[in-house]
Amino acid sequence: MWQAFVDLIHQLIPWFDGGLADVVIILIKGVALILPLIIMMAYMTYAERKVIGYMQLRIGPNRVGPLGLLQPFADVFKMMFKEIIFPSKANIYLFLLAPILAFVPAVAIWAVIPMGEGFYITDLDVSLLYVLAIGSVGVYGIILAGWASNSKYPLLGALRSASMLVSYEIVIGFVVVTVVMIAGSVNLNTIVSDQSGGIWNWYWIPLFPMMIVFWISALAETNRAPFDVVEGESEIVGGTHVEYSGMCFALFFMAEYINMIMMAALAVLMFFGGWHSPFEGVPYLEAWFAFVPDIMWLLAKMSFFLFLYLWIRATFPRYRYDQIMRLCWKVFLPLTIIWIFAVALMTQLEIGPWF
Amino acid sequence: MEFTSVLFYVFGFCFVVSAALMVTARNTMKAAMLLILSFFSAASIWLLLEAEFLAVTLILVYVGAVMVLFLFVIKMLDVDQSTLRAKFTKYLPLGIVVAAIVIAQMALVLSAGQFGLDVVAEPARHAADYSNITELANVLYTAYVYPFELAAVLLLIAIIAAITLVHRKGSRSKKQDVSEQVNVQAKDRMRIVSIPSGKRKESK
Repeated sequence: MWQAFVDLIHQLIPWFDGGLADVVIILIKGVALILPLIIMMAYMTYAERKVIGYMQLRIGPNRVGPLGLLQPFADVFKMMFKEIIFPSKANIYLFLLAPILAFVPAVAIWAVIPMGEGFYITDLDVSLLYVLAIGSVGVYGIILAGWASNSKYPLLGALRSASMLVSYEIVIGFVVVTVVMIAGSVNLNTIVSDQSGGIWNWYWIPLFPMMIVFWISALAETNRAPFDVVEGESEIVGGTHVEYSGMCFALFFMAEYINMIMMAALAVLMFFGGWHSPFEGVPYLEAWFAFVPDIMWLLAKMSFFLFLYLWIRATFPRYRYDQIMRLCWKVFLPLTIIWIFAVALMTQLEIGPWF
Repeated sequence: MEFTSVLFYVFGFCFVVSAALMVTARNTMKAAMLLILSFFSAASIWLLLEAEFLAVTLILVYVGAVMVLFLFVIKMLDVDQSTLRAKFTKYLPLGIVVAAIVIAQMALVLSAGQFGLDVVAEPARHAADYSNITELANVLYTAYVYPFELAAVLLLIAIIAAITLVHRKGSRSKKQDVSEQVNVQAKDRMRIVSIPSGKRKESK
């Protein structure tokens, strides 16, 4: 079916030795990935308002559609028809470039994230490094937004947020090194297939402290509470978003939520066995749940992590800026470096069942 | 024409144009963004050359870390454009000499006699399962392990030297001891003094 479709495209577009047809196929795949992603992101905002609402003994959105289920669409249409306001002395080009630079990397990362056995857009050999590299480009959206707005609060928010992102990127890099050392590959597909064979083979057991460090750093990388210093409503009004309205603001918002979904996917792929069922190797249960497609396990595990995002946001107060930096440089960095040496020794000497 | 050739010319065009605009841009922020674009174009060309590890590392290190710190500096400094322009003519002769030397050196090394299909054979295309990063790691950690370690130690020394140069005790240091801040008690900061109420003077 898919192969017939690919052949059809190749017949329709014969230019450049079929190269252009391949590009069209990649574009079709991309749209097929991005549309569900945007719907996921829209319902993530709904889930956020509902979950935090119930945690605070409120009801949350309940007017638009049954149970408020159409609320995300109402928000989208509101954002689309709002006027985009340009600050009078802002640098218009960079002001418009900033939301694009925030949104494009967030989506581009999904090119290498595998969703199931052989279910991906690109099988890049250095996919985990690609995720780190493109993820680090997203910080330009914040830096540019803070600078191009020509306003004080955005500049303050951008400064402290950009330094936080750069610092926590280092920690995430070190955590990724431990995962790569155990798996022996930087390919996400290989890392996941290395974790097959039941819940005891998943990396969260040998790398438990790294998993915790990764998740806390992921909160910081996505600018989520308790690390949301870029917005900090009670301190700097709305940070880099102050001067943005309408669709420009919506792009920042979408980038944040797509990054959240990406970090949840990354945590599942690196530490929780990706698309593997937790019942592998368990008698009876494995047979009973054999009908579940592998992408459903991935999505189920991701949903837990996305819920964790909301749970943490509803629970913890915001960090002070210097404490964020202390946590990164004086707690996480030494811890990860020590653990890298420990994992290196254990892999070399083949201690334990995982190495 | 193959489609990868089209891609090569597109990336090459972006690379050259963004590099040229980076030099001529008046706004430092725009110049930095154009430099980032040229890094991206270079990384894309490396990807076409099957050097995906180098390409991703270029983005990770230069775009993701070095240029971010660059933008930080640009943001913090209040660069006065007029003073920069004023010194332009003063430094122009020296600049031309330096540029001429650099161009001459590059012409010597990169001239047509050194490269081209008649001098260097066309690199063989690798199969789809060829792993660039594995090949690189095998060479780096076996044949060149000592130079590699030496480079790492050099970088470490540079970091320590930079920190010791900047780190000064005394007036500029505003060190905070977080555990002290957290464990502070009310009695450390506040002294409750009981003052006996004085006797009221009787007015005569």
